[in-house]
Amino acid sequence: MSDDVLPGAPDTTGPGAAPSAAPGRRIVLGPFNRVEGDLEVSLDVAGGTVVAAYVNSPLYRGFEQILPGRATLDALAIVPRICGICSVAQSLAAVQALEALGGIVPAANGVRARNLILGAENLADHLSHFVLFFLPDFTHPAYAGRPWHGEAQRRLTALRGSATAWALPARAGLLKVMGLLAGHWPHTLGLQPGGTTRGVSASERLRLIALLADFRRALETHLFADRLEHFSALDSAEALAAWGQAQASVGVMGEAAFFLAIARDLAQSSHDLAALGRASDRFLSVGAYGGGGEGFTGDAANPAPLLASGRWSPESGVQPWSAQDIREDVHSAWLAEVPPVHPAQADTVVDADKPGAYTWCKAPRYAGEVVEVGALARQVVDGHPLARDLVARHGGSVLARVAARLLELARVVPALERWARELVPGEPFCHPAELPASGSAAGLIEAARGSLGHWVTVERGRIVRYQIVAPTTWNFSPRDATGIPGPLEQALVGLPAGEGALPLVQHVVRSFDPCMACTVH
Amino acid sequence: MGERLSLVWLQSGGCGGCTQSLLCHEPGPVFDALEVAGIDLRYHPGLSAPVGDVIELLDAIADGREPLDILCIEGAMLRGPHGTGHFHRLGGTGRAMTDWVARLAPRARYVAAVGSCSAYGGFSATAGNPLDACGLAYDGDTPGGLLGAGFASAGGLPVINIAGCPTHPGWVVETLQKLALEGFAPDELDAYGRPRLYADQLVHHGCGRNEFYEFKASAEKASDLGCLMENLGCKGTQAHADCNLRPWNGGGSCVKGGYACISCTEPGFEDPGHPFQETPKVAGIPIGLPTDMPKAWFVALAALSKSATPKRVRENATADHPLVVPALKKTGLK
Repeated sequence: MSDDVLPGAPDTTGPGAAPSAAPGRRIVLGPFNRVEGDLEVSLDVAGGTVVAAYVNSPLYRGFEQILPGRATLDALAIVPRICGICSVAQSLAAVQALEALGGIVPAANGVRARNLILGAENLADHLSHFVLFFLPDFTHPAYAGRPWHGEAQRRLTALRGSATAWALPARAGLLKVMGLLAGHWPHTLGLQPGGTTRGVSASERLRLIALLADFRRALETHLFADRLEHFSALDSAEALAAWGQAQASVGVMGEAAFFLAIARDLAQSSHDLAALGRASDRFLSVGAYGGGGEGFTGDAANPAPLLASGRWSPESGVQPWSAQDIREDVHSAWLAEVPPVHPAQADTVVDADKPGAYTWCKAPRYAGEVVEVGALARQVVDGHPLARDLVARHGGSVLARVAARLLELARVVPALERWARELVPGEPFCHPAELPASGSAAGLIEAARGSLGHWVTVERGRIVRYQIVAPTTWNFSPRDATGIPGPLEQALVGLPAGEGALPLVQHVVRSFDPCMACTVH
Repeated sequence: MGERLSLVWLQSGGCGGCTQSLLCHEPGPVFDALEVAGIDLRYHPGLSAPVGDVIELLDAIADGREPLDILCIEGAMLRGPHGTGHFHRLGGTGRAMTDWVARLAPRARYVAAVGSCSAYGGFSATAGNPLDACGLAYDGDTPGGLLGAGFASAGGLPVINIAGCPTHPGWVVETLQKLALEGFAPDELDAYGRPRLYADQLVHHGCGRNEFYEFKASAEKASDLGCLMENLGCKGTQAHADCNLRPWNGGGSCVKGGYACISCTEPGFEDPGHPFQETPKVAGIPIGLPTDMPKAWFVALAALSKSATPKRVRENATADHPLVVPALKKTGLK
């Protein structure tokens, strides 16, 4: 059944590709609307509670089979088409891999322009996710008795709510950054080894600054009803709650405070969004916006990022990370069985009839562990006190993931403004670069939804191997060979499901902001 | 204004980028534009919160119990592996998306392929085509595809191929608007099924690098200002689309962004037979000459115009910002 219908009678006639581990009944949710791409979630339910979840990515894209044989730079035309919502992120991961391959240092203006281009994509995605994908669930008929339901219908109804009416123009306005810096969005060839293809004139720099000011004003008027800096200064769960309460008490709530009011009401009836949807509580961020930190003035290989890299666990806090510790496990995927292998050594071979498999998604693991990636991971690893406090209380949760995206909107817009000011018209945007004919390299960046890695091997000017690990591949990974479920599969266990249940499963699924197109590259 | 038309949108073997592009519609939210155009969006997998069960809706349409005016398909049809279509089974149904589309398409008054993947196969069908991907009514530039060469929707039209990778929001909205207003006559689609609304232009039309093109003052490397045709793979003089007359994202286009047009509205663009960012040449002359341009004339004109290139144009062509600005005329403008 589609996800917007409340699970009612047992659905045992669904595809049920996932093996059922538990007695009770199987609910198959799909097609899952308002996620990017197609998604099916199978829930084993006993006593009205989810006891096991199986996440199926039902579409296979085959890009790792398409890329080998191509000229090296053709990757830049092909990889953006993996995903229409993380298109720039795919470009940038490829560019960074090729720069690593050639030892190429990009022009400082090119670094700034790339951060502006990636930032525009990421923030447009965060805004789309919150308003178009996540919030409409609160208009669900199951919430009809709640005091806020009428207001939710006015604001948040899919396609027609008042939030969509401001958010879509704000998003389109922000993406004019792409028209200026990258030709268009999605699918630009404007990011190249050495920088970007588009120099910016003095006039265009001013237009960029004005576009970003417009976007800030839209967020400060409609989303936060407050200064971005006030929101990003919130340093604890209490401070966040108090901020929301203050807006509620004067009756002028932005969409963020309205969501917090909903969360407050649900928490009072023991559906605490701050405690729902816990996954593995292991977070990974490879560092976001290289060269985006304060003080980046010139050309440099691997300049410091705006948001720090690392991995985080409740026991050890932040630790250094290494790309060498990533393995991909294909045990539950319709791919030829091989032991877990590092992406640089991996191949992608279809086995569509593999017994026990239930998805096209591989299972990436970091040092053998299930890790969660995304805005929350970035903010926790970077040490933002609000993200850290939310996770310290209840681990990763619906509220923590949503709050982290709001934090990124509030924190990254000022960085975009700074990068635009720092552009120097007349100085180079791209250093000419020669790529070696052969070699292997990796590019790892942070897309909106989390860590994205590209591993490429070229021989005699042609790609011979190309492997991608995308953010939702981490978050929506299936069980690995040891039977450990992926992050979403863990996060769904224990939720109420079945007849009369609130759409909490939907909140948890969407809290990860899945991108299925990337997942099944 | 004509009648109101119902629209169901489905996605398969693609990146979702045509929907993401559609959301960039200007001015105003695309949902408002569709509403005033007379389109009722019944279902879109990425955007809707449908009332009722989607699978029941699709079944009802496929069985003829529920009328449907427009079926938009985004993404290629994945026929593999081994003809099963199992590379995409619609979530919650266990059934190949190719089956769903084959059942639904004959019921719809109009069928639109949104994007080059659903029109012709696109990148999903590249390089040996491991997915056995195709378009709705084309396999690359060959009529056929999932629905077959002779396919006509209930309204008597072939599949309307809103080709592009991605599509411009204006191409999609204008096509839907025209369907609601007055429909399409067969000759309002071009030979590849594209709406002539945008396919009767060339990307070259309105190109901001035109002065460089006139003098064959060519870019040599990424970020150069010069014409991208001679060295960097630009096919704007051959590709059918109005990308430089109809701005993208407020004012952009591929060539304005400093990189080649890769002719993404053309069937088979994904397999050009040469690296995308290099111009294939024979004896130093690009193989792909501008559309409608006799080769001998092009070669003669190119030689002449190269020899007549002003210093400003020549020097700026290989710089990333203008090194020489246009001279001030001392005699006033005549």
